[in-house]
Amino acid sequence: MAHAKLNIALAGNPNCGKTTLFNELTGSNGYVGNWPGVTVEKLEAPLKADPSVILTDLPGIYSLSPYSPEEVVSRDYLVKTRPDAVIDLVDGTNLERNLYLTTQVLECGTPSVVGLNMADVLAKRGDAIDLPALSARLGVPVVEISALRGTNVDALVDAAVEAGEEGRAKEPVHWFSSTVEDALAEIAGIISPAVADPATLRWFSIKAFERDGEALSALDLGEGEREAVEAIVCAVEDELDDDSESIITTERYDWIEGVVAECVRKAPAKLSTSEKIDRVITNRILGLPIFAAIMIFVYYISVSTVGTIGTDWANDGVFGDGWFLSPASAAAYDEAAGAYADEDYPTQLDAFLAAAGDAGLDTSEVLGAIEDGDTAEIEAFAAEAEAKGVVAKDVPWLDADGNYLDTEGNVVLVDADDEPMLAAGQELATHDPITATEFLSAVNAEEPIPGEYGWFVPGVPVVIGEWLESAGASPVVQSLVLDGIVGGVGSILGFVPQMIVLFLLLCFLEDCGYMSRVAFVMDRAFRRFGLSGKSFIPMLISSGCGVPGVMATKTIENERDRRMTIMLTTMIPCGAKLPIISLLMGALIGGIEGWWIAPLFYLLGVACVIVSAIMLKKTRPFAGEPAPFVMELPDYHLPALKSYLLHVWERVWAFISKAGTIIFVACVGVWFLSNFGIAGWEGGSGAFGFLPEMADAPANAMDYSVLAGVGSAIAWIFAPLGFDNWQAAASSLSALIAKENLVSTFGVLYGLGEVGEGSTVLWASFAQMFTTAGVVHLGAMFAFVAFNMLDAPCFAAVGTIRRQMDSSRWFCFAIAYECAFGWVVGLIINQLWELFALGNFGFWTVVALAALAAMLYQLFKPMPKFGEEAMGKNAPMGEVA
Amino acid sequence: MAEVPMERTLKDVPVGASCVVKRLTGTGAVKRRIMDMGLTKGTRVTVRKVAPLGDPIELTVRGYELSIRKDEAARVEVEDA
Repeated sequence: MAHAKLNIALAGNPNCGKTTLFNELTGSNGYVGNWPGVTVEKLEAPLKADPSVILTDLPGIYSLSPYSPEEVVSRDYLVKTRPDAVIDLVDGTNLERNLYLTTQVLECGTPSVVGLNMADVLAKRGDAIDLPALSARLGVPVVEISALRGTNVDALVDAAVEAGEEGRAKEPVHWFSSTVEDALAEIAGIISPAVADPATLRWFSIKAFERDGEALSALDLGEGEREAVEAIVCAVEDELDDDSESIITTERYDWIEGVVAECVRKAPAKLSTSEKIDRVITNRILGLPIFAAIMIFVYYISVSTVGTIGTDWANDGVFGDGWFLSPASAAAYDEAAGAYADEDYPTQLDAFLAAAGDAGLDTSEVLGAIEDGDTAEIEAFAAEAEAKGVVAKDVPWLDADGNYLDTEGNVVLVDADDEPMLAAGQELATHDPITATEFLSAVNAEEPIPGEYGWFVPGVPVVIGEWLESAGASPVVQSLVLDGIVGGVGSILGFVPQMIVLFLLLCFLEDCGYMSRVAFVMDRAFRRFGLSGKSFIPMLISSGCGVPGVMATKTIENERDRRMTIMLTTMIPCGAKLPIISLLMGALIGGIEGWWIAPLFYLLGVACVIVSAIMLKKTRPFAGEPAPFVMELPDYHLPALKSYLLHVWERVWAFISKAGTIIFVACVGVWFLSNFGIAGWEGGSGAFGFLPEMADAPANAMDYSVLAGVGSAIAWIFAPLGFDNWQAAASSLSALIAKENLVSTFGVLYGLGEVGEGSTVLWASFAQMFTTAGVVHLGAMFAFVAFNMLDAPCFAAVGTIRRQMDSSRWFCFAIAYECAFGWVVGLIINQLWELFALGNFGFWTVVALAALAAMLYQLFKPMPKFGEEAMGKNAPMGEVA
Repeated sequence: MAEVPMERTLKDVPVGASCVVKRLTGTGAVKRRIMDMGLTKGTRVTVRKVAPLGDPIELTVRGYELSIRKDEAARVEVEDA
């Protein structure tokens, strides 16, 4: 191309089809980032038709006022960065309000063209717009397009490129009354020496008239000049009996009304489809039930059904052992695996070998033979045992979790010594007497191998593991790659299917216009504690998974609300926290009649969100007038498929790329901490190294890891919460990788191996940890669980918070607040229990009561005043005070 | 916002009725936002409906649907159309 590189900005109202046009023009292969310092997204991409032209998508805005971060970044871009040309896209079906922004964009003095979108909808309605007349009144070219169908968009771009190459804005059109125009001319005379670019003189004159401090801070005006301007403004205000900002706004709209009356010929209005839909959807009676139904549907699809299937597939299949391509082979394998597990062969084997040992036989040889599959040796052993009449009797039947069962098939609880506790009349399920025949069949029973059932794709760790093995990689490398890297990346990618499902639904609700109705319906309920109706959606989704929950905060426009929702939404228990709740239920009441405990923690989560929201609202960064809820309810429309899919993909990709880095680093870090340490066990070498591969490493080698060391070092922090042992601290740390890790780490730390939350032995150990002198310390137990519910979420969610906040300061504040809040809640729970149940009173009781009092004070004190600075017009809403 | 104005405001307009904006009270971001959305002096407004929980309300102004809270509607003084 002959011409130099051009920068073209794309401006327009929200819902005017800007994103659709941007995608149409660029194919959206550009850069997605944030405008500096704010959580506003910035899109930039070269044109498909001409890569030397860069298109920048400004946020969707209604005005160039100084009050919202979106508006401020847009005007800064237009007035300070100065693109070569601006395309202002207006929605032809809503011309009056759209032209309001147009008048302001034209004032910036940048070469501009106006794109009149939704030409097809207009034609269908029977409305007609006189383009030449509109173009003459605005003083810039107007091109009629349909972004959705891609009609005429090339002509629009050509006009913009032409305007940009010409390099000079058209003569500004004067739209205010003569009184105001005269005043503006006078102001221009006063400030012109301070304005570097004469093209922006009209813009700065109007801003000076409006007393827009944010805009004027760019100019170096002397005291005398300021006073002269002020005198002019006051005179006009007196004459027109209104404040200058209102005068400008009103006169703008008055001028537009005139233009629209002249250029638009409207067909008689009919009740639109959108209005018909809204009659039902935001109906006073049906509004809430319909909203509830839609939300339950979103939750059901993305969290409990399709999303979970996707996540399970990714976690257990792609990043697990593998998965079946055919449902038939999957079913066949499941049946075989189930049948194998039901027979409880390992228990039979162990019991028979124990019986043989009791009968004086040497079992060490045969153990090796079983391992190597030496049939002759095994059969010889069986024959010898049969000759001696070895029979194992009354062998308890264990389920897949290693739990005792009664004759009815129910799980039997164990006491502190792991002995089964039977109620009167209850009997343990036992195997029939195990003879050599049963022994042989147990030995020969083969655990079904999924690969033999056809259509099986092995998981990534299996494939990589085999490859590493064959390449002769050292165990450290194998563990780093498999547990650290593949495990870490897997934990990120495992969420992707669920995120896709969720964003397919949410982006649809957003793109079709329902999200603003959600805010309309829910606003009242959420405003009570300082949030808006849009905060509901992230919280609902967080009950499934915090990662998409934090991502869903994208739809909240107000920056303070968005930050607050990001901080608080992960306090709602997510799916991965359920195993922790199950563990507590199991430990407490045997997991059977504890239905009320899970809702209790959801309730705790909701209460903590509300309490935190009210408390934070009264602090400086979040203070201020409630964000104005002056919101357009756009017409419903089916989103364009391409734009919609791109929208979904952008959200998902943003998560993978940005959040991925922090999760990856964190997972490798925790892998290192838990696998490396000093071999300090009896007979250990005392050297630092990779524990699992050290000579004669015991099963509990993890006790000697750096993680255990860190756990002990920080255990004192949790002493006031009632759990000052390093295991609790270490498992809380490892829970940061994924909350459900708390349970498995617990199992490993207690030497129980890989056990699930359904294991009665684990329940007993868990209860044991909080038991002193035979009494279970309920306060400490609840404090431990509450802390792990409320503290920093898993790394995946932490990474997402980092990405969404896009500010390390806010990110650190969010994580610190969550941890501190979780700790305080844990402290209060534990100390209140100490005080009321055990009658103990000490230093920490005082601290807990003081913390409780401080929270109550912050909750009920009136809204403090932070002075004009925080609320005044010169402070953009996003500014951190 | 020193005092509650005794004037009739948009908050008092019943559902289904129309009115004309006379004046906006208050200052700063909220007032500017209301004006930016097209509620300026002399604009004709129709109150469409009230949200299920009693707040906010939905208006038709300049040919589109706008939702504002009752608190904000109370800043808009109106007169009969």
